[in-house]
Amino acid sequence: MNKILFFLAASLAGTVALADGDYRAEAIAMMKHDFKTKGIATADRVNEDGVQAVCNRSGDHPPKTIAERLEKDQLESIRYPADGKLMGDWKAGEKLAQSGRGMTWSDKAGVPGGGNCYNCHQIGPAETSFGTVGPSLYQFGKLRGSGPDMQKYVYGRIWNAKAFNLCSAMPRFGHVQALTEAQIKDLVALLLDPQSPVNSK
Amino acid sequence: MKQRPSMLAAAAALTAAFAVQAQQPPKKAPPPAKAAAPAKSAISEEFEKFREVLEEDNPAELFEARGEDIWKNKKGPDGASMAQCDLGLGAGVVKGAYVRMPRWFADVGKVMDAERRVVHCMVKYLGYKEEDIRKQPFSNVNKTPDHVSVITYVAGQSRNMKIAVPQKHPQERATYEIGKEIFAYRAGPYDFACATCHGNDDMRIRTQDLPNLRKPDQAIRAYQGWPGYRMTGGFMLTQQWRMNDCFRQQRFPEPTYLSDTITALLTYMTVTANGQLYKGPGIKR
Ligand code: HEC
Ligand code: HEC
Repeated sequence: MNKILFFLAASLAGTVALADGDYRAEAIAMMKHDFKTKGIATADRVNEDGVQAVCNRSGDHPPKTIAERLEKDQLESIRYPADGKLMGDWKAGEKLAQSGRGMTWSDKAGVPGGGNCYNCHQIGPAETSFGTVGPSLYQFGKLRGSGPDMQKYVYGRIWNAKAFNLCSAMPRFGHVQALTEAQIKDLVALLLDPQSPVNSK
Repeated sequence: MKQRPSMLAAAAALTAAFAVQAQQPPKKAPPPAKAAAPAKSAISEEFEKFREVLEEDNPAELFEARGEDIWKNKKGPDGASMAQCDLGLGAGVVKGAYVRMPRWFADVGKVMDAERRVVHCMVKYLGYKEEDIRKQPFSNVNKTPDHVSVITYVAGQSRNMKIAVPQKHPQERATYEIGKEIFAYRAGPYDFACATCHGNDDMRIRTQDLPNLRKPDQAIRAYQGWPGYRMTGGFMLTQQWRMNDCFRQQRFPEPTYLSDTITALLTYMTVTANGQLYKGPGIKR
């Protein structure tokens, strides 16, 4: 798969006229020089992966054919729970959605991270301190249903948002192991469980 | 130095009142609110009100006074002084210099932002050691380092002036273009770029408004109120600190203090803000 990504990134560079070529190269060289490992945030994080490179090169608007191809790759890499159960405990999900911890240089290695969900989304009715980078998810299950297909969609969305919108602002929580399978199940429950306050009247 | 007991008392009270709010979302989530209310929290609005009152009588001025003292009176081991420091408008000229940086400095063959230039001069003329400054580049509750006070002084000397960052030298233009690329560059475990959080209008992280730094009237927020007096703790924070903490939230590794990367980003944002009015060092929660 990495080879395909590399090929696509390379062919994108070839097909789209890139006036910014030199400055981009200089910018990358500069960042490689200027960033240093601190705590768990290692210096190699400034390297782009294939998806990031395609989005960076196209100003987050890659040609449709390339976006679809890469989204398919991302979708195929999602690992669903072996037991087939996608809904966990919405109460644990709410705690995770609240927590903005994870992956920064001030986070400790081995300490489980949070979901950062309220940073970007309105979710439960009690939390008024929510961000607006993403759409409101209040009443999500009520409006969209909570059957097997919807559970699968939400699980996949949290696992890898780039499978649905290649240059989405939302992180790929499962893909980069920022959240575990059990944590993602709890978040699915937060959004879809009829008992969750997200879906209460 | 002027004595301002009432202002300091007010600042102390606010410090206590906002102690909980001031934490950045990624560090610690605030407790869930009780009642449902849309958009901006009451605390956020309250803070804005207090800020307006406080900026009339600004605690940042205490640090400006300390910085002025260092600039005017401190001598280096060989008797050199900041009177020899050229901030771009000639040796010793401070007025209006802050709003004209980052700029090209022929003596070092580099584009430098204000903080970088001030530190450069303090090392060159006053005998400060760069290693020492790098050991504690940013202020904390225990200490606001000398260079931060000097930067605050320099910034204060551009109060109520229009931002006029030059773009004549080819390196100034290249630095802007590189900064623009860095601003849009996604990487790291969360795939974030500056633009993820600052590339659209009217977005928030939790209750914090995110300026769209690609637009002039919002890019001014990369300047406005910086250096900023932090309520919680009572110390000054600079633009370089803001960049450092945003990269932390971006889940990037740490940018070297006073590096080309930061100069490029500041150049991109400040050129975008050219023509906007800089009101001087301010207050940040
Ligand atoms: C940095 C911002 C950000 C964070 C953090 C984030 N999201 Fe999102 N999310 C978005 C954006 C933007 C969208 C809109 C669709 C798109 O662009 O991909 C979205 C879309 C979604 C959708 C699909 C909505 C729909 O109508 O189909 C779900 C479900 C979702 N997010 C859940 C979550 C959960 C759960 C978390 C926490 C684990 C989370 N998000 C964290 C930005 C974010
Ligand atoms: C994950 C989100 C996120 C990312 C990524 C991010 N920032 Fe920020 N930024 C914030 C938040 C939150 C604030 C605080 C806003 C406030 O205090 O009202 C902020 C504040 C700022 C400010 C000061 C605004 C003011 O009004 O004082 C500047 C300038 C800034 N960011 C620039 C950047 C740059 C440049 C980058 C990329 C290196 C970046 N940010 C990346 C979230 C982010």
